[in-house]
Amino acid sequence: MRPPDPSEMPATGASNVRPRVRIQTPALAHEAAQAAANARPTDALRGSPRGEQDSALTVGREAIFDVQDLSVSYGSSQAISGVTLQIHRNLITAIIGPSGCGKTTFIRSLNRMNDSVPGFTIDGKILYHGHDIYDRGVDRVEVRRRIGMVFQRPNPFPKSIYDNVAWAPRNLKMKSGLDERVERALRGAALWDEVKDRLKDSALGLSGGQQQRLCIARAIAIQPDVLLLDEPASALDPIATAAIEELMQTLKNRYTIVIVTHNMQQAARVADRTAFFNLDASDGRRTGVLVEYGDTDVMFTRPADTRTSDYVTGRFG
Amino acid sequence: MTDPDDPDVTPREASDPSDAALQATAELDSLSLLAEDLLDPSGPLTPSGHLRRRQMVSRLAEAAQTTAAVLAVAVLGILVYSVASRGASVLSIGFLTKDPPVLSGVAGGGIAPAIVGTALIMAVATAIAMPMGILAALFLTEFAGRWTARAIRLALDLLNGLPTIVVGLFVFGLLVVGHHQSGFAGSVALAIIMLPLIARATQEVLTLVPAGLREAADALGVCHWRTVLGVVLPTARGGILTATVLAVARAAGETAPLIFVCSIFSNTTSLNLFGQALPNIPVYIFNASEAAERYGFARAWGAAFVLLAFILLASLGGRALGRRATLSR
Ligand SMILES: Nc1ncnc2c1ncn2[C@@H]1O[C@H](COP(=O)(O)OP(=O)(O)OP(=O)(O)O)[C@@H](O)[C@H]1O
Ligand SMILES: [Mg+2]
Repeated sequence: MRPPDPSEMPATGASNVRPRVRIQTPALAHEAAQAAANARPTDALRGSPRGEQDSALTVGREAIFDVQDLSVSYGSSQAISGVTLQIHRNLITAIIGPSGCGKTTFIRSLNRMNDSVPGFTIDGKILYHGHDIYDRGVDRVEVRRRIGMVFQRPNPFPKSIYDNVAWAPRNLKMKSGLDERVERALRGAALWDEVKDRLKDSALGLSGGQQQRLCIARAIAIQPDVLLLDEPASALDPIATAAIEELMQTLKNRYTIVIVTHNMQQAARVADRTAFFNLDASDGRRTGVLVEYGDTDVMFTRPADTRTSDYVTGRFG
Repeated sequence: MTDPDDPDVTPREASDPSDAALQATAELDSLSLLAEDLLDPSGPLTPSGHLRRRQMVSRLAEAAQTTAAVLAVAVLGILVYSVASRGASVLSIGFLTKDPPVLSGVAGGGIAPAIVGTALIMAVATAIAMPMGILAALFLTEFAGRWTARAIRLALDLLNGLPTIVVGLFVFGLLVVGHHQSGFAGSVALAIIMLPLIARATQEVLTLVPAGLREAADALGVCHWRTVLGVVLPTARGGILTATVLAVARAAGETAPLIFVCSIFSNTTSLNLFGQALPNIPVYIFNASEAAERYGFARAWGAAFVLLAFILLASLGGRALGRRATLSR
């Protein structure tokens, strides 16, 4: 049972991973290598990026992700461009914005889930604990080992409830104390009491809300460093949603959470920090851009940008 | 709200909702002016005009299709009936368990050596073709790039369309020339016939495994091969089994390749896969019906009935398996 040390990213399986990545300039690549060489968690504390307000929440808090001028394209169409932001440890960061503005694209880029999408290219840098996750020699399996993800639609494996949670630990050689690990994960996902008597039953027999919490349990069973949630409650009723929101508040003590949501109230309720993405159509093409990023209460009460205030108050274009 | 995909609507226009609404109404009006005959929504709901003629054409087409379908079923029915009515008379426990008589022109005896031989040849052929077919399908769906996958699919389809007699000839040149006929050579020939069937059908099943399951497994920081073994294959297990059973049913009756590579056999039960040609049902039927004597003919019909029954049962069983597998998903 090895607790992951997120500050070290060994370059395992370097030879067989060839991400479709354009490294911007040799200078940047060199910088990344240097950062990787001497980065310790404390070194990752940096000044706030452009467009981001200073905040009491982030002062003295380690930036887990440092996204620098990120642009993502699928084939010839650009999905997001010029996104610069930092995501801080043990906070819940919400990503909001209209449909198609690249929220999913953004968080899928954070753990390299987009690598297998045909035509996917990325520009700019995503530093995770100071390591460029798209750097040559970084193994995406290792990236995902530390940065877990829960998807919009619950997608349990067609296996028993127990095996759903135990599958990844088994494959990652975390076999000792497997029962306790499964129980801890299910308790962590606030599901234990509902399923403890039917662990051997198929996970497909659970309700949608239970399935989604099972997916969260599955993700935290391997004790990642970061949890990415892409609209985890959009297929759920208000009660199941409330359960998951409550769950996030306890999870953030251990994990750093990034959540995409369409639901403004949800962002206001759960998130410490909120990033507002919007579609920018100024040059005739529609690309997602980061409009504003700051503490949630600021974003919802006195945003600096009129586009943000229009969006959060429901006055669209 | 305006259509977000409409390139004509610039943001400025879109920001004035009344403008956009006006424009949309105007577009609708011009559409209905183009339509020649305006629909009268209050008219009676009986067919009128073109519709009557279209209905007649459609009825004719339906009749033709029904006839064709009935004919297809009838062919199967007549075939099974004629084999069963001639073959059932010789069928008995002894027919399944005894050797054929040594002398020709004698009644009685059975086809036990051919049944055992076919079972053995098929088992080995399946043992060769199934793992290879599944691995090829996995490579196609999970690892190959788009172009490689297309090339391999094409190759498999061509292999599938290869005349079986050519396959037989190939294996003859490969394993029999310079050596001797053997049951193993028969297995190899049948495995070549089964391979594309299993690979293509498995590939179809694998593409049905929801992409969300693969993503979920990949997102857990597990190597993709583990994902394939632990999540993709178990989910597709039923379909893969069906594909294999159907391929077995298809290959079990193949005669042409066996005539080249596994046809000169004695009529005693043998398990010697490599040393000699094994008796097998298809070639036995061929030989016995060539012999032009009454009892041999009867045994040929009996063997044909046994083979047909096995193939029909395997096909039906495979299909039932497949249905259960899709239901449980
Ligand atoms: N796999 C893909 N291939 C090609 N284009 C894609 C792909 N995924 C997303 N896109 C495009 O990228 C843009 C951003 O999509 P994305 O899914 O990130 O938006 P989103 O903000 O998550 O939207 P929603 O709120 O509807 O989920 C869209 O224009 C979309 O069409
Ligand atoms: Mg999305």
